Amino acid sequence: MTDIVTSVPVPSNKIDSDIVIDSGELEKSLRRPRTAFNYIMSSLTTLVTIIALIPLFSVVLMLVVRGGQRLSLGLFTQLPPAAFEHGGGFGNAIVGTLVMVGVAALISVPFGILSATYLAEVAPYSRLSNVVRMCGKILTGFPSILAGVFAYGSVVLVTGGFSAIAGGIALSILMLPTVILTAEEAIHMVPAKIREAALGMGATQMQTVWMVLLPTAFPGILTGVMLAVARAAGETAPLLFTALFSNYWLISGGRLDLMQPTSSLAVLIYNFSAMPFQNQIELAWAAALILVLVVLTVNLIGQSLSRK
Amino acid sequence: MQKIVPANIRDIQDGPRKSISRPPTFIEKHCNSVFGWATYFFAWLTVLLVLYIVCIIAIQAAPAIRDYGLGFITGTTWDANTHQYGVLPEIWGTMYSSLLALVIGSLFGVAVAVFLSEHFLSSFVFSIEKLFGVQFHSFWGKLPDKFEQILKNLIELLAAIPSVVYGLWGIFFVIPLIRPVCDWLNTNLGWIPIFNTTLSGPGMLPASIVLAIMILPTVSAISLNALLAVPPKLREASYGLGATRWETILAILIPTASKGIFGSIILAFGRALGETMALAMLVGNANVISWSLFSPANTLAALLANNFPEAGPKEVGVLMFAALILLAITLFVNMIGAFILQKASTPNEGAR
Repeated sequence: MTDIVTSVPVPSNKIDSDIVIDSGELEKSLRRPRTAFNYIMSSLTTLVTIIALIPLFSVVLMLVVRGGQRLSLGLFTQLPPAAFEHGGGFGNAIVGTLVMVGVAALISVPFGILSATYLAEVAPYSRLSNVVRMCGKILTGFPSILAGVFAYGSVVLVTGGFSAIAGGIALSILMLPTVILTAEEAIHMVPAKIREAALGMGATQMQTVWMVLLPTAFPGILTGVMLAVARAAGETAPLLFTALFSNYWLISGGRLDLMQPTSSLAVLIYNFSAMPFQNQIELAWAAALILVLVVLTVNLIGQSLSRK
Repeated sequence: MQKIVPANIRDIQDGPRKSISRPPTFIEKHCNSVFGWATYFFAWLTVLLVLYIVCIIAIQAAPAIRDYGLGFITGTTWDANTHQYGVLPEIWGTMYSSLLALVIGSLFGVAVAVFLSEHFLSSFVFSIEKLFGVQFHSFWGKLPDKFEQILKNLIELLAAIPSVVYGLWGIFFVIPLIRPVCDWLNTNLGWIPIFNTTLSGPGMLPASIVLAIMILPTVSAISLNALLAVPPKLREASYGLGATRWETILAILIPTASKGIFGSIILAFGRALGETMALAMLVGNANVISWSLFSPANTLAALLANNFPEAGPKEVGVLMFAALILLAITLFVNMIGAFILQKASTPNEGAR
């Protein structure tokens, strides 16, 4: 026995006398402050995350309960009611929202995709590209009300009246950065091989972009456009004093007149929520339900496109 | 049925085969240069648009700047009849509500980011599945990741709900919910300045709570990216030294990701400063400077939203001045946030 002990290079009995290893130190016990702190923090974080989700469920629940009771087909075909009137709907607001978001998309999508092409393909590392990217980021954090102020100063004051065009221009400023930044990202994601193969076949830059890059990046670009549309559809602040509000249809005498005050779902919710009439408040909830349904659907479709 | 022949033999048989590869024609060359210029033009247009926005607002505000000057920022009354305009209460309200929202929102946002980045949910689901022995099952085994993805999407959906809907929800849900608590605080702790008025409906606290919910997704999304970018070696080294999960989170992960988290909080601050609708509906629109959480107040954005539609030509100029101040504040805050995030995306020291 003694032979075996001396053959071990480190004399073990010496260590035992110097360093006492308390095996209890290595145990995980709730009585230790370290472990207890760990458990408390974990439960707190879980609790906080659950609390953070309460508003989402609460909003959805209230929309379904309070908006759902007023839901009917008449909402889509009738005009907003006057102060003490019963019934009514917001067909004109739905049309107004669609038209203004359409105008905004017509402006911002070609604009955004062309500048994204410049950023991603034509001159990705030029100084101009860096400045454009910075401008995109500035516009992302741009307060939506200031887009309305800008459209008021540049369109409403020039044309002399509130109009759907002014509302569309204000919304397009809010859509533009989303379109630019996501389209640039999507074009970047196209594998270099595909791009180089097109150029190697003798395609010009325009043919490469038009026939190879944009079709390949299409799902990503569409995601960006969808997210931008969803955001624009829910915006209220830029429309308050550019499109104003109207109790009448946008189509008058069989033709679409874009140069008149236009109603939108978001502004309708804002205006009606401040009214002291039960009927208007119910309509505001119903409009909010429809708006959220549209916005969330467009959002989810957009997100599912990019995941494929 | 066509016979398959090698290309070179086919060339001999039917003459040279037409290749799909050829040099561009004259028209294609010119289309290409036009296209190049078009993209260049639109890239410039983006920059010009930003400058144009600033110019339009500044030019419209110029007469008001000449008339009121610095007194506009320090004045406390807003009266269109006597042409007395001052935005100090609005600046105060903007800052106060945004800071309150920031305190609540960033606390919750960072906690949610930690919850998601440390896979609390998926490890919880995993340990439950382990009790039943199905953690590697072809269907149940995928569940932890699925749950986490769903949670991430739900947090993102918070950002997708339009702000006017949050305002509506705030009026009919948050205000009735917090009113008893506020009344109790006012009667029992009314000597503290922040509780010294009663909540008469709209006020600073409900506005800040709703604002906090709106900025939470911004904070959590960017902080999550920062936390996920912490090199796994640091985390593993910390666990290897015997640190508990929370010792690792507080001493290693959050300090390493601190630049990203800080940047996200600054960007969220910028968003809170410019948020309009929820505040216009909930803050009460009163020109009051007060420390009280329950007193009505006003913000720059809410001032614009409420006064613009009915403003006369003189008041429009003054409102443009207020818009210019808001623009300056948000641009400044956003640029600082973007700058910090850019710094944060450079690799960490010590992780190399």
